[in-house]
Amino acid sequence: MTDQAFSLWVYLSQTPLLWLVVTLGAYVVADRISQAFGRHPLCNPVLVSVIAVALVLWATNTSYAVYFEGAKFVHFLLGPATVALAIPLYQNRRIVLRAIVPMAAALIVGSVTAIVSAVALARMFDMPRSILVSLAPKSVTAPVGMGIAETLGGDPALTAILIMLTGVVGSVMVTPLMNALRMKDWRARGFAVGLASHGIGTARAFQVNSLAGTFAGIAMGLNALVTALLLPLVLQWMVE
Amino acid sequence: MIVSLTVILLCQLIGEVIVRGFGWPVPGPVLGMLILLAVLSLRGRIRKSVPEFGRALDSTSKGLLAHLSLLFIPASVGVVQRLDVLAAYGAGLVAALVVSTFITLVVTVVTFVAVSRLSGSSMDDAGATGAEEKP
Repeated sequence: MTDQAFSLWVYLSQTPLLWLVVTLGAYVVADRISQAFGRHPLCNPVLVSVIAVALVLWATNTSYAVYFEGAKFVHFLLGPATVALAIPLYQNRRIVLRAIVPMAAALIVGSVTAIVSAVALARMFDMPRSILVSLAPKSVTAPVGMGIAETLGGDPALTAILIMLTGVVGSVMVTPLMNALRMKDWRARGFAVGLASHGIGTARAFQVNSLAGTFAGIAMGLNALVTALLLPLVLQWMVE
Repeated sequence: MIVSLTVILLCQLIGEVIVRGFGWPVPGPVLGMLILLAVLSLRGRIRKSVPEFGRALDSTSKGLLAHLSLLFIPASVGVVQRLDVLAAYGAGLVAALVVSTFITLVVTVVTFVAVSRLSGSSMDDAGATGAEEKP
């Protein structure tokens, strides 16, 4: 590398600009690929983008900490996006209020199932406590799940990855599974995928049906609330 | 757009302050969502004095939520730091995660539909067909 090219690289790798562009660029390309494949769930834009960004980091020998300095501006928007979920919730308030009883039942049953089944299965593989704790909030939206894992002695970065994988797995599974079960209620389908697979599941639900997307968003918000309260109790009961 | 973004960020800020101030176990943005919901319920009155407020808030939220997937990328790229853990426990973690997600989806959807039928609030009664509700 010439001196000038080297100093250009030093500049770019030190500013947030480069990694912000890489993150957005990877997403734009991944989103186009997903569109080209008719939104097939296996072409999940998050999965494709993460692989692409990870390869760029590996090829340029860049650490995650340096990358995150740029990407944190995108990461920050998770908070406002969570707040903005109030808007589809409000717009669909009549449908939501009519379904308040099944929603409350599915929320409690689903939330406990998500935690207990994950921890019980992981224990069969003899995993240490820190990994069990990192896996337990896998169905909760990333900022909340990472916070829960950190508070209880887990590893927030591992939790972020497991949450992402859960989102992709749920998005891939949901449409064929619900069709196989002959579930035609878009509210129930959306609620299940939002509860099990948080924001990635919600994004998938919005691609399929807007009512399903709305219920997925509600389930994601409520499950974050319920899991934050229930998970410490369930873990105490199952692990200690 | 600036007004609605300010409203959203303000709700998040109030949420964070309350949660951290009182040491609640609830995430700040989730409380912020509940605060914004309360604000929207009062919107009928706000709309009279600031008519553009409602429409701007709708379009800002659509913009944020349409590309929800993008916002998960930075945290997820953290996978590069944990390749050793994934190598050691990856198979077990993926198995636990896939089976648990499958069970959760089935249990949740079945509970929703069963209780919906029992409580008489099924889709047929609601008359909704998956179309957006017109305000």
